Order: sequence, then C-alpha cells, then structure tokens
Amino acid sequence: MKKAISIFLVLVFTMTLLAGCGSKVNENEIPIGINYELSGSVASYGQASVEGIELAIEEVNKAGGIDGKLIKPIKYDNKSEHSMATTLAKKLMTQDKVVAVLGPATSGAFKATIPEANKNKVVVASGSATDDSVTVDESGVKEYAFRICFTDSFQGTAMANFALNNMSATKAVVIMDSSSDYGKGLAKNFTETFEAGGGTVVASEAFVSGDTDFNAILTKIKGNDFDVIFISGYYNEAGLIIKQARALGIDAPILGPDGFGAPELVELAGADALNDVYFSSHFSVLDTDPSVADFIENFKAKYGKEPDQFAALGYDLAMFVIDGIRRAGSTDPTAIKDALAATTDFSGVTGSFSIDENHNPVKAVVVVGIENGVHATSQRVEQ
Amino acid sequence: MEQLLQQIINGISLGSIYALIALGYTMVYGIIKLINFAHSDVYMLGAYIGYFCMTKLNLGFLPSLIIAMILCTLVGVTIEKVAYKPLRNSTRIAVLITAIGVSLFIEYVTMAIAGPNVRSYPPMTGILAKNFDLGGINVTMQQLIILGTTIVLMILLQFIVKKTRIGKAMRAVSLDQDAAMLMGINVNTTISFTFALGSALAGAAGILVGIYYNSINPLMGMLPGLKAFVAAVFGGIGIIPGAMIGGYFIGIIEVLVSGYGNSMYRDGVVFAILILVLIIKPAGLLGKNIREKV
Repeated sequence: MKKAISIFLVLVFTMTLLAGCGSKVNENEIPIGINYELSGSVASYGQASVEGIELAIEEVNKAGGIDGKLIKPIKYDNKSEHSMATTLAKKLMTQDKVVAVLGPATSGAFKATIPEANKNKVVVASGSATDDSVTVDESGVKEYAFRICFTDSFQGTAMANFALNNMSATKAVVIMDSSSDYGKGLAKNFTETFEAGGGTVVASEAFVSGDTDFNAILTKIKGNDFDVIFISGYYNEAGLIIKQARALGIDAPILGPDGFGAPELVELAGADALNDVYFSSHFSVLDTDPSVADFIENFKAKYGKEPDQFAALGYDLAMFVIDGIRRAGSTDPTAIKDALAATTDFSGVTGSFSIDENHNPVKAVVVVGIENGVHATSQRVEQ
Repeated sequence: MEQLLQQIINGISLGSIYALIALGYTMVYGIIKLINFAHSDVYMLGAYIGYFCMTKLNLGFLPSLIIAMILCTLVGVTIEKVAYKPLRNSTRIAVLITAIGVSLFIEYVTMAIAGPNVRSYPPMTGILAKNFDLGGINVTMQQLIILGTTIVLMILLQFIVKKTRIGKAMRAVSLDQDAAMLMGINVNTTISFTFALGSALAGAAGILVGIYYNSINPLMGMLPGLKAFVAAVFGGIGIIPGAMIGGYFIGIIEVLVSGYGNSMYRDGVVFAILILVLIIKPAGLLGKNIREKV
C-alpha cells in the first residue's frame, strides 16, 4: 500500500514537472493571458467573462487563427483578490510570455494589475472595469491599460440625453446614492448634461447605501411637477425606491444606470411596480443587431444558456485584442499596444466603438426598458 | 397640508418599528442595567425566521409572525442564560462587552448560513397588498398592519407588566434586585422572562419590516437598533411608555427632516437629539432624576 502511494506521488510530481515545461513559447501559437475572478466574491463576473472570451478564441482559431498562428489562452484564477491578480499578471507577463493579458473583471483588481503592465510593457485590457479612474488619472493616461466598456459616470450623460431626446423630458428629479462614487458621479453627469440640454432638475434627493425607508423623500418629491426620475444607485436601494414610489402613486418614468440590471431588482420592487423603468446597459439579449443574434446563438450552442453582459463584454474584449494583434502584424507587445490605441470603428456585440486618447471606448449605450418586471424593450442610444 | 399628513403617516409606520425594538432595550436596561446590544440582532433573526416561514414553508403572515415571535423568545432567553447569567456579578463593562460580542456573533453566523446578500420577502398578495387613497393621502395595508400589530402588542405588554404576578415581579426586581430577592421573588426567572418579552417584540418588528420594506440582510439590525436605543434614552431608559413615545417621536422626526430639510441630515439629527437629551435631561422625557447617595 505504502509503495503504491509513493509510486503515485512520484508520478504526480513527474507530471507536474512535465506540465511546467508545456508553457514554453511555441512559434506557431500566440499566448494570451486570462486573469479572471473564477472563484471568490465576484466569481460570477469572472466566470461569465471567461465564457465569452473562450467562445471568441474558439471562433478565431476555427477560422485559422491570426496569420496561421493559433491563439493559446493561458487561464488563471485570481480568486477575486487584488493581490492575487497582481501576482498572476506578473507571472503571465514574465514566465508565460503572453502578448497581452485579459482581465480582471472588476475595477479594483484590474487597477492592481496596471503597474505590472506598465513595468513589463504588456497590454492589460478589461471588459468590465467601469470605474472612472481606471485608465486615466491625475498623472495621465496609463499607457498599457485599455478597456472596452463605458465608464460609470458616462451613463449619467447617456441617460440625460435619453431623457431629453427620446422621452422629451424637460423636468427631472435626481435621487442619488451619496455613499458611493458610482452614485455621485452618475448624478453629477446626469444633472450637468440634462441642464446643458435645456432641462431643469427640479429636485435632488440623496440617500445612503443600506437605507430602506424612502417614503419621506418620495412624498416630498411627489409635490413637484416633473417628467422623469433618475435614480443613481444600485439595485438594492433602487428596487425599494421604485416599490415605494409606485405605492405612493408616483407613476413617472424612472431611469437608472446598469446597477438596475440584476434580477434582484424585480424581487425587491415587485413585478407590479416595475413599469416604465429604463436603465442603461452594456448589452441586451433583446438587441436586434444581426451580429448580436449570431453571438447569442453560438453562445447558447456552447454553454446552453443566454449570455449576460459580462459574457458579451468578454467576447468583445477578446475580439478587440485579437483585432489589435492582427493589425499590429506582429506579436511584439508594444506594437500591439499602439494598434489597440489606434482602434477605430471596431464592431462588436456590445456596439461599435473607437478608442479615445484616454484608452476608453466611445460607444453607444443600450437602454433597456422594463414592463411588468420583464426586460421588454431595448434601443441603442448613440452619443 | 396633504403632504404633511402623508409624512406623518410615513413617520408613524417607521416609529412603530423603532418603538417595538426600543421596548426590548428599555425593559432589559430597567431590570439589569444592561444595554443589550444583541437585541437588534434578535430583530434581524425575526426577519429571517419570517422569511423562512413565508418562502420555504409557504405560511401566511399571521402564523409566520407567531412562529418568529416564539423562536425569537427562545433565542433571547438562550442569550441571557449562556452569555449574561454567568456574568451576573461581574462588572457592568464586562457584560456590555459580552453583549457586543454576542451581537457580532449572531450577525456573522447568520451571514455564514444565509449569505451576505439582501433577500426580499415574497410579494404580498390579496388584502395585504391593498392601497387606500384618502383624498391624496396614501395608506398601504402594510402600514395599517404595522400600526395595528404594534398597538396590540403594546396593550398586551402593558397588561402583562401592570396586571400579572410576573409583571409585578419585574417591576419589583427593577426597583431593587436584592430587596425583591428577600421578598421571595425568583430573580433569575424574572430576568429571563424580561428577555423573553423583549425578544418576542423584536421578532415581531423584524417580520413587520420584512413585509413593509421587502428587504432584509444580516446587518439590518445595526442602524435601527441604534435609533431604537436613542428612542429608549429619549423617553427615559427603563421606562416602558417612554420607549413607545420615544420610538414614535424619532420616527416622525426622521421623516420630517427628510421631507422638509435635507435627507442627508436625517441620521445626524437623530443622534444630535441623543446628545441634547443627555445634556439637558439625562434621565429622558419621562425619567425622574434620582440622586445617588454617596
């Protein structure tokens, strides 16, 4: 028995050693790093993103790869920890010699990998890091960091334009989550754009994350004359605000950011209250664009479920980086960086976009309308 | 005017919840001079038990309310027996720190079992979802249920404390523990009973909040617990009618600050009131100043 165990252990060690040799760079393969949250608190974001990425790589490889070279994904789990994300980014760049790193999904973890990217001169790109300061801060643009999703506060601008142009609203009420940068940035951008476009914000109210009673501020708002309500916050409070507003007889349209996208919104607000509610999103399965229909069909065939926005952003992210490698004409990371920075009119399932000087995409938002608790309509709002 | 009435209705619903929680704080303080920080977590457990009854066992509101109250009673008594009774003769600070420990223990055990996410109660149907429009003023059935349940429970509590033998014992123990013991009152049973009553009320408050706001989470007890504590101090800690008045007062003040001032100052105003009460009338609205002899 003891002997059997020792032979088994020897075998395991030998196999690990051999597996270690496998990461040697093969001339006919292009290694791309995947550094995502596959376990831990935000595992659902990472898993969905990687499903989209793997679908994209599979499609590209099936079509012959890039100039005959196949893409070889090297996938690691950062366990939703920032320090782990940094370590893995370094490992991918220095040991696995990848040409670019995809992920992580969340802003905090992605930011933690950027110093490694600039040091090793290898691109890191995220599909879903929406925090305003990810790619650019006071010290300037972060050279090797890219993202393909619009920023949090940009949604405030987009929804203000939607209210002005698509709903012909002139008077708005803003209810802001003052305890998060997300809520404050959104409310600021919404107010600025709405007033610059000729509208008036007749009332601004604030709450803090974790509040449950909004009757007081809603009763106060009810006395005003207004066309739309903009709630800048996450679904936890937004769901309760919508429920209590409808119970008080406020039936004006309610607008919100992508924080409304979670299914919990329906549970918290109740399907009866969720009418005439619109939120900005990166992606909607209701989108009728032909490229989106193909993507949904292929995704369903591979995974047996509908893609969510993280999967769609992951798919676009992989396609975006592959497009950059193709246009760079080489696997030199710096050439890839220059090619990505020069991207114009890239067409993806989350909309077509160009990369601006701050390494952010300029793209349309998808506005999803909810009726009776169900995502019923979807429209792209160009900026 | 309409708006003011509507705001006051909102305030009364909120105040009912604070009053129910404050009663537990005030009774326990009255009897063993302990601020039972774990009390607001019993309230949270009440909300979770109600959630379990309604979603997993498909029970109606009333049976869920009764089950939540019974289970919370057991939890309250257990906490007293396990955590506080062995420290009956220790310093007050030791018991206070234990109370904070029990509070954190309950919060994080619940988080480990039920997960940290916000959960929502099942949608209310039929009579529970009714909405009354009284000439521009909106009253929901849930608000009426909160008010009704609170009033019934308070009358019951007054009856127990004033008219029953155990109630008499409670009053005696709170006046002077040693003298009560000499008169043949079983002090331990009386203290347990006080915890039981307070916990049952907190459990009821938990499930009422669940149906009203539709959102529960393992840390939901923290802020309402603090505000209920302020309410208890405001009314005079240790005095039962004081807790009720304090609860409604804090509820209405909060709503009026949000409605006519700035919603950001709401919590600030509540705690400013606590400071003012402590400076101007430390014994609270209904409290009497008792001089301690040296």
